[in-house]
Amino acid sequence: MADKKLQLAIYWGAACGGCDVSILDTNEFILDVDKAADVRLWPIAADGKYADVEAMDDGELDVTIMSGGVRNSENEHIAKLLRQKSKIFVAYGSCAYMGGIPALANLVPRDEIFTRAYLDNPSIEPGNQTIPKPETKVNGYDLNIPDFYKRVYKLDQVIDVDYYVPGCPPQPDQCKAAILALVAALTGQADPPPKGAVVGAFERNLCDDCEREKSEKKISRFYRPWEIMQDPKQCLMEQGILCAGSATRSGCGVRCPNSGIPCRGCYGPAPNVLDQGAKLLSAVSSIIDSQDPAEIDEILETLPDFTSFANRYGVAASLLQRSHRQ
Amino acid sequence: MTRKISIDPITRLEGHGKIEIFLDDSGAVEDTFFQIPELRGFERFVVGRPIEELPRIVTRICGVCPASHHMASAKAVDGCFGGEVAPLAHKLRDMYYQAHFIHSHIAHFYALAAPDFVLGPDADPAIRNVLGVVHKVGLEIGGAVIKSRGQAQEIQRIIGGRNTQDIWCLPGGVAKGLKPEELEQIKPWVDELYDFTQFSLQLFRDVVLGNETYVDIIVNGPYTLDVHNMGLVDENNAPNFYDGKVRVVDFEGKEIFKYEPKDYAENVAEHVEEWSYLKFPYLKQRGWMGFVEGIDSSLYCATPLSRLNVADRMATPKAQEGFDEMFKTLGGHPCKALLANHWARLVEMVQNAETLKTYCNDPEITGEEVRVIPSKITGEGVGIVEAMRGTLTHHYNCDENGICTRANLIVGTTNNNAPIHMVTKKIASALIQPGKDPDQGILNMIEMGFRAFDPCYSCATHSLPGEMPLEVRVHRGGQVTHNFKRGC
Amino acid sequence: MTFEPKIVGFLCNWCSYTGADLAGTSRIHYAPNVSVIRVMCSARIDPTFVLKALADGADGVLICGCHPGDCHYTEGNYKMMRRFPLLKKLLADYGIENDRVRLEWVSASEGQRFADVVNDMTERVRALGPSPVKMDLATDMAER
Repeated sequence: MADKKLQLAIYWGAACGGCDVSILDTNEFILDVDKAADVRLWPIAADGKYADVEAMDDGELDVTIMSGGVRNSENEHIAKLLRQKSKIFVAYGSCAYMGGIPALANLVPRDEIFTRAYLDNPSIEPGNQTIPKPETKVNGYDLNIPDFYKRVYKLDQVIDVDYYVPGCPPQPDQCKAAILALVAALTGQADPPPKGAVVGAFERNLCDDCEREKSEKKISRFYRPWEIMQDPKQCLMEQGILCAGSATRSGCGVRCPNSGIPCRGCYGPAPNVLDQGAKLLSAVSSIIDSQDPAEIDEILETLPDFTSFANRYGVAASLLQRSHRQ
Repeated sequence: MTRKISIDPITRLEGHGKIEIFLDDSGAVEDTFFQIPELRGFERFVVGRPIEELPRIVTRICGVCPASHHMASAKAVDGCFGGEVAPLAHKLRDMYYQAHFIHSHIAHFYALAAPDFVLGPDADPAIRNVLGVVHKVGLEIGGAVIKSRGQAQEIQRIIGGRNTQDIWCLPGGVAKGLKPEELEQIKPWVDELYDFTQFSLQLFRDVVLGNETYVDIIVNGPYTLDVHNMGLVDENNAPNFYDGKVRVVDFEGKEIFKYEPKDYAENVAEHVEEWSYLKFPYLKQRGWMGFVEGIDSSLYCATPLSRLNVADRMATPKAQEGFDEMFKTLGGHPCKALLANHWARLVEMVQNAETLKTYCNDPEITGEEVRVIPSKITGEGVGIVEAMRGTLTHHYNCDENGICTRANLIVGTTNNNAPIHMVTKKIASALIQPGKDPDQGILNMIEMGFRAFDPCYSCATHSLPGEMPLEVRVHRGGQVTHNFKRGC
Repeated sequence: MTFEPKIVGFLCNWCSYTGADLAGTSRIHYAPNVSVIRVMCSARIDPTFVLKALADGADGVLICGCHPGDCHYTEGNYKMMRRFPLLKKLLADYGIENDRVRLEWVSASEGQRFADVVNDMTERVRALGPSPVKMDLATDMAER
């Protein structure tokens, strides 16, 4: 493989930057990436801009790694531009893969987001009833900002994605593994993963890797994490503390349950699962120790807002994708 | 006829941003607009969620300072439960937070700030990056930066279970404590980090303060604003990043007011413009006056420099030495030289390291009572911390079941929205001469304005070769007459 | 043109499917709007099936199982009993009206009851109108 360096772009949509941080958390490995690749676009850290990408030939980029979902017109536009110019496109992190935390906004009407941010808010300047607009004119100057879409989309709803790296953010050692797998494939040293594969994660659930002791799960109520002092060795669900691990793909190192905090599902669903929330729903209901409808209702009262646990990181990837309230 | 120069996208800023510069017929700057194109709606979609889940949701506002949101959120949540918190938890949280501050400041200084100072604002763009810094000052620096940043991240992970997207705080305290063997692991790293802060200050002295041109740019350049300063202080008016009261001091050094977190809404309000998704905070009692400087202005900065400006002293001895040296060199306290933010960051790091060391020697720090079970839900809480780039406020309401009914956030960088907008115009106006097309050095010097405010994404431990991409198209009479590109 | 709801019905083999058969052999006339899918037990109904039916265009979903205590597998219908209220909460948060998804216990001898349930559900869903889910998702892809 000659001296030609790999052409790499790393970009963000409606992101928080944590995925870019996770790439840098690979520490010295980033120096190896630097040796092997030219980073043509990476707004957080390096050179390259939109005009540079526009000037590229189609397929000139070997790999684009994009985090963040699609919340506005700029996110979509650049995702499509990068797809056109790239051989391989990786959806990196929960937002790109599933919509992420910002996709919780899919459960509320778009107008309410604006109302809460700019109008009905204790901090807003008294009398200031202004809402930002995509196109404005100020003193004769034409100004524009991106169109805020009515919902969040995951990347493969707007472009064709080759691989997914799950996590919020993906753990650095998994990031490294994923990049190495791609480099090996691109340099002919190994077969590429099958298109559409989830890379940088395992083919099993968190429970398989969690160190806590698991026995019979029968609970007579749920507890919110602050309501009790938990047993650090026992499965959280057995203690009535909701943990999404049974419905979540492993690969994260089980850092949360191992630190006394329940999993919230950021690595997404296990293989072949269509809706992570539906699976969690089954898991949660299966441990309720009751056969009486009234009692079951009472037990469920101790578990408020299950909806936000069901697809905490993946409303855009769930079967219903967003609220359908008319 | 008006011509427009677009700088899009701005890099090394939270999310996305752009600058539009409008020139008049003579080529002088008529106006500029600093626009933020992002909105995600956290304030709305956290409503309906169990309030204890918010500290794990709001961390996704920013992946570089998630611990800041986690802490502010945790404190607001504690308020919703009547404020009962295990005392040891506060200590541990503060300890954890110092580590967070250190790795973020290290990354910002070395990757974002150092190139401009070590190599010069108008140095050849091809080398004006962290690799150029490394070549100039030695190959060991890059490794030391990575190592130190890694150590601070690891300290966070050991104490709190996870770094980069925090999980640790619960109503009443934190989910896990620090074991004695974990403390023993951390102790030598804390000493090394302290040494690294001293090394960083010395680097700054040698490379920046030893160069009259740089000092001149810092002190006399267009990077100043006559607006006020905000920061959290303790009872001695020393900076405290985790807790305290918010102090606002005018640019002549006089205190305007000091408030408790619960009173934030009486003191700070937000103005909205149609051309940006980001709001513009201002001092509420003075009212919104527009983008106006001056002693009566209602605008303020919240930055590392602001924190040191509102403080009467530092909280730790070696940091105090750094504080004294800095303001003496800059000609007095407070100081309006925005580029001094880079220096202020290094002084803060010293306090972070000294504070960490104090906690390491605290015999109670490995105690087991790190959480209490709250006995009541009181329904409202305000949590304020200093994020690396400014005062961060989270205000929550919840119902009697602890379900969030309302959330109001004033994020650290938001405080600086108006100042950044204004100083960009000031710099562009000062540096873009009528009749003279702006060159590469000018372009970078415009960028140095917003960069001084510490963009939220300060994570570039090792930036890669190249420079910030800029393209400037100069139009005259409907034609593009010049097209300057840098890094693109 | 009256709106004719498309309702997917998951019926357990031993009780409710047999009950539905009885409605047929008894020549009871009832609304033709339910497309029946036979499963061995109501426990088999993964919440995914309900969500997928709605996403694919069903206006309603009916789940039928044996009466509590009568499950052919002893406990299967209790699993459905535990799942269903949580599923309803989730659906409500996604804006799916209450009458669109329904659970009924129907025994092998309750042919008339099955017919009554189908008639009642069909009218309730008719009153709600077509489910917006499939159209919404298609529109989302076509326009932002």
